[in-house]
Amino acid sequence: MDFGSINPILLIASLMVASTPILLAALGEMVVEKAGVLNLGVEGMMITGAVVGFAIGVNTGSSWAGFAVAALAGAALSMIFAIITQVLLSNQVATGLGLTLFGLGLSSLIGKPYVGMKAPGFAKLHIPGLSEIPFVGPVLFRHDPMVYVSILIVAGVWYLLTFTRAGLILRAVGENHNAAHALGYKVKTVRFAAIAFGGAMAGLGGAYVSLVRVPQWVEGMTAGAGWIALAIVVFASWRPWRILLGAYLFGGITVLQLNLQAAGSSIPVEYLSMSPYVITILVLVIISIRGNHGAPGSLGRVFHASH
Amino acid sequence: MSTPYLALEGLTKAYPGVVANDNVSFQIMPGEVHALLGENGAGKSTLVKMIYGLVKPDRGAMRVNGATYEPANPHAARGSGVAMVFQHFSLFDALDVAENIALGMDNPPRMRALAARIREVSEAYGLPLDPSRRVGDLSAGERQRVEIVRCLLQNPKLLIMDEPTSVLTPQEVQILFETLRKLSSEGTAILYISHKLEEIRTLCDRATVLRLGKVVGAANPREKSARELAEMMVGTVLHTPSRDTTAPGEVLLTVNDLTLPAASQFGTTLKGVSLELRAGEVLGIAGVAGNGQDELLGALSGERLSAANAVTLSGKPIGRLGPNARRRLGLLAAPEERLGHAAAPEMSLTENALLTGDIREKLTRNGFVGWSKARAFAKKIIEGFDVRTPGTETAAGALSGGNLQKFVIGREILQRPTVLVVNQPTWGVDASAAAAIRQALLDLAAEGAGLIVISQDLDELMEISDRFSALNEGRLARAVPAKGLTVDEIGLMMGGAHDMHEAHAEDSPRTAQEVPA
Repeated sequence: MDFGSINPILLIASLMVASTPILLAALGEMVVEKAGVLNLGVEGMMITGAVVGFAIGVNTGSSWAGFAVAALAGAALSMIFAIITQVLLSNQVATGLGLTLFGLGLSSLIGKPYVGMKAPGFAKLHIPGLSEIPFVGPVLFRHDPMVYVSILIVAGVWYLLTFTRAGLILRAVGENHNAAHALGYKVKTVRFAAIAFGGAMAGLGGAYVSLVRVPQWVEGMTAGAGWIALAIVVFASWRPWRILLGAYLFGGITVLQLNLQAAGSSIPVEYLSMSPYVITILVLVIISIRGNHGAPGSLGRVFHASH
Repeated sequence: MSTPYLALEGLTKAYPGVVANDNVSFQIMPGEVHALLGENGAGKSTLVKMIYGLVKPDRGAMRVNGATYEPANPHAARGSGVAMVFQHFSLFDALDVAENIALGMDNPPRMRALAARIREVSEAYGLPLDPSRRVGDLSAGERQRVEIVRCLLQNPKLLIMDEPTSVLTPQEVQILFETLRKLSSEGTAILYISHKLEEIRTLCDRATVLRLGKVVGAANPREKSARELAEMMVGTVLHTPSRDTTAPGEVLLTVNDLTLPAASQFGTTLKGVSLELRAGEVLGIAGVAGNGQDELLGALSGERLSAANAVTLSGKPIGRLGPNARRRLGLLAAPEERLGHAAAPEMSLTENALLTGDIREKLTRNGFVGWSKARAFAKKIIEGFDVRTPGTETAAGALSGGNLQKFVIGREILQRPTVLVVNQPTWGVDASAAAAIRQALLDLAAEGAGLIVISQDLDELMEISDRFSALNEGRLARAVPAKGLTVDEIGLMMGGAHDMHEAHAEDSPRTAQEVPA
């Protein structure tokens, strides 16, 4: 095997691209869980975002339009989950799994005519000065705008949750929905909003896969990224900047194993391909052994305002 | 006579199958400490929820200072000067004190200014608080301070307190009363809900008694005895449990220097607990909730294992034995949490009787359940302990708290235990059922069983205990004879007042910054 063929600059640069879909989806799911709702439908909302974003991108020729509509599609799909779990009070785990299966089926139906087409393309930013810095330039400053948008969203979510009253109310609802209700906060309204945000973010993440990362439509192309996003939320102990760290870590492993495959590693390809998922499981086991760190108190519990 | 701060006129609220409040009328004057008395299910909670805007009345009207008052939600109620301290704390464990308080305010100042206000107000009222501490790490008494300070920061004209003292030591109760008296002297009306009648007699100016949703009387609690007040609530004459004192027999149960780490993040570690229980004796264990009661019950019942010799029954080491092995030897237990711990809510009474009665009553044979025997056992409990239920096949969760408690205690007593450990045997049970349960416990002791009664109700413990001890932060005080103990001595055993100090009468920042209404 030839390690020399792995270019460290390219490796780190592609790490950010590979991580962005998971980062977006995990950030959305973190907000949902902070509000006390466990939505296991991330994978389904991502793949729906991927196909809708791709279809709109191809038809309009604009990736930006694709991203916007993908976010709307993810949010729309999440509203099914919201109505079933918040109004009809069904079990969140079962409903979330159902949403994933539904999203996978729906996406292959919508995506049939688009198989084999090419994405409209998404220009990379070229920042005069910064992009020319040796090593740092190509690694940090020659990406498409979505990479930077995703980092801005991390900062935005962090600011909102930590410093604003809206963020405090959202955390309160997730921590103890009965107490929040007793103080007069609208638990269901807050949760609907959080679920919609989570859906939109998953949709964006999915669209990033089909419009930028791959970039074409292939059935089932998110390939478990939604599940990794769910794991990263736990890994990050429900903290925004740790979500960024976790996403880049898992993105890095994905990119590294692809590079190892290309370099002709003696480890069978199957083991390399499964490595990000194996590491996900290992990290979750280690975190569970350490104890429950920072899970919102009402996470996954059904809220019924009984007087 | 001045206008009342709050006047209720014919408030009625019905739920399917039950009228929670029926034509309730009374008035609260400014600066008055008004008690609301009643058994569980008398409609006290529904009434205060209507005042606080959580429930809308079907009929009737409320007036604040003579003007119509129809709060659509708690925000509106707070806007009219009504504040409430909840029975089950409405706090958020993972958030800090300042964040918790900000959530209860409609227009909180910036965090830094709020933290300063919290320090200022909490000191002035003798309830010191650190705004940056996480609420999950606070003691029950400190958590209540957070609730009270949250209310005080909004200059309430009426403060509703729902069972505020159930989590406090006697010393902490004294300090709370000082705070409330200071508030009332400043003109704040207080609606005080409690079933602790002696407290109401010390604190309150007037009492309104509710029974089955109706106002059945009003009284000046200082002029009535606790017994007269209780009989107004219940509507019948109460029986005081009685017993024949017997000399304690041989040692049944010993616990020797038992140390157990906490099972969960917010649990309590048991530290060097030792006790000795003799036949025919009732050992009462007091303590504020969360000081190791659940852990001690778990260590005795066999849910938590310890070193073999740390727990012995009739000289036999049983520390390594699980609950069923201990049941076989005659050590039975009834935990505090009725639903989910003492009983499985979705299962029938027969099935619940089988769950703990199987071994001693031999309800299964070769792995097959003897349903007719199990049903007969459940029936025996229902008849023997006056459990009000349609039948043995009713789900445990469908019973009222008091009835289920009678079932749970009766189930253990009827298995003829050598040693019975109960935690909060009459928590949330009405006065007559509580008296029946206490009588049954005393009868069991008279037959020669040893009893450990863990309770937060001091009156109950003083009534039935031979010897008395208390848990404080996982340590068990040395047991002393219960006769002749004073409330002060008991309070010190329970850990005293922690770090509270009484309110200073002078320099109140609240009156200084009073906003003209």
